[in-house]
Amino acid sequence: MSVLSAQNLKKSFGTTDVLRDISFEINEGEVLSIIGPSGSGKSTLLRCVTLLERIDSGRIAYSDLTMADTPEGQSKAVYSEGAVLQQIRRRFGLVFQNFNLFPHFTVMRNIIEAPVRVGKKEKKMAESEARSLLEKVGLADREKAYPCELSGGQQQRVAIARALAMQPEILFFDEPTSALDPELTGDILKVIRDLAEEHMTMVIVTHEMSFARDVSDRIIFMDGGVIVEQGDPAQVIGNPQSERTRAFLSRFHKN
Amino acid sequence: MSLFEDIARILPRMMEPLSATLMIFVFTLLFSLPLGLVVAFGRMSRIKPIRWVAQVYLLVMRGTPLMLQLIFFWFGLELGGAGFSRLQTAIVAFSFNYAAYFAEIYRGGIESIPVGQHEAADVLGFSKSQTFFRIILPQVVKKILPPMGNEFMTLVKDTSLAQVIAVVEITSMAQKIQVSMVSLMPIIVAGIFYLIMNAIVSKGFSLAEKKLGYYR
Repeated sequence: MSVLSAQNLKKSFGTTDVLRDISFEINEGEVLSIIGPSGSGKSTLLRCVTLLERIDSGRIAYSDLTMADTPEGQSKAVYSEGAVLQQIRRRFGLVFQNFNLFPHFTVMRNIIEAPVRVGKKEKKMAESEARSLLEKVGLADREKAYPCELSGGQQQRVAIARALAMQPEILFFDEPTSALDPELTGDILKVIRDLAEEHMTMVIVTHEMSFARDVSDRIIFMDGGVIVEQGDPAQVIGNPQSERTRAFLSRFHKN
Repeated sequence: MSLFEDIARILPRMMEPLSATLMIFVFTLLFSLPLGLVVAFGRMSRIKPIRWVAQVYLLVMRGTPLMLQLIFFWFGLELGGAGFSRLQTAIVAFSFNYAAYFAEIYRGGIESIPVGQHEAADVLGFSKSQTFFRIILPQVVKKILPPMGNEFMTLVKDTSLAQVIAVVEITSMAQKIQVSMVSLMPIIVAGIFYLIMNAIVSKGFSLAEKKLGYYR
């Protein structure tokens, strides 16, 4: 059963085609990593399936809910009505490269604000769930801290807890370790690994090749707005079929 | 005549003008702070005609002297038969004028909030109004405190302009007493009044900054 299906996505900014006919699916419990050089369209792809950008044409659906579809014979995608999109938003979570925590809220409030205000969950209940999430990401003692009092790695773990608090069916990561010092990435990767072991459905845009190989069930290599190659990690990273994939990966093997 | 006797003669006559000054200050803030937010939204609107109206408003209000605006509102409201008192008219003119300055300060503050804050709220499912009032506005308030402090202090001093439509406020009364007493004392007393008011405003703002200093 596919949690998310994207077909023939096209997106351009002005005259630049950023996504050129992208199709992929992700099944329940699957971990998919998207790799590729900067400007390849990976982040735009993530932003399109999370409603931060709108596709020009194609079809995006979350299991039974259609986000956008392009009617037969037409060139423009038509989005579903607001209520459906709002329902779709409840199905996914997104972890940003720059965390984007709310600086004026404590760690606890960052996590419970959406479940309480959007999910209409009872505050006590949301707080106890938030505490177990904080324990899971290794920050059990920091619920009263403000984001500015935390290191980047800790902030990102709070951001993951905040996303998980909405109990998404699928969790997206947009280069979750790119804004962090190398020595801080380990904690984040461990949290994602733990989630993979619990069979959380995840799509991870990343530059961490060895991590992508270890944690993913499947890897997509994107370049120039198209999917150049995809398959199981050992194949895409260990034995790439495309020249472009090889050229990209060789830059990582050097160091 | 001793200094104390002078002051004792001046102070009682200053009480009514002081209340006029304070009324202008308080009511102008009461009306212009929310009105400024409306103008800021108009200025940032995606709808072109609304943006255009807001821009003209900002140009006129900030581009002409407040004194001229006071005269305009006094005769305008008079001709329109609104039946406003001089003090009320002054409050109306001040409110429209200050709303323009506040609008630009709000806009600066709102636009300085990183787009990631909007995106994080959007992905979590917050509505537009929840995002604005719970996520964005509290951060804006912290950022705009220093320029707002400036405006508040300027307003305290600008109240003296209301004398152009014959509102008896601190400065005009001080001048009147000065002429009859042939002494500088009334002017000094008036100056001290403004200083005290602005010392309070300034203290209020530094307390507010301290209170919001718990995060960066």
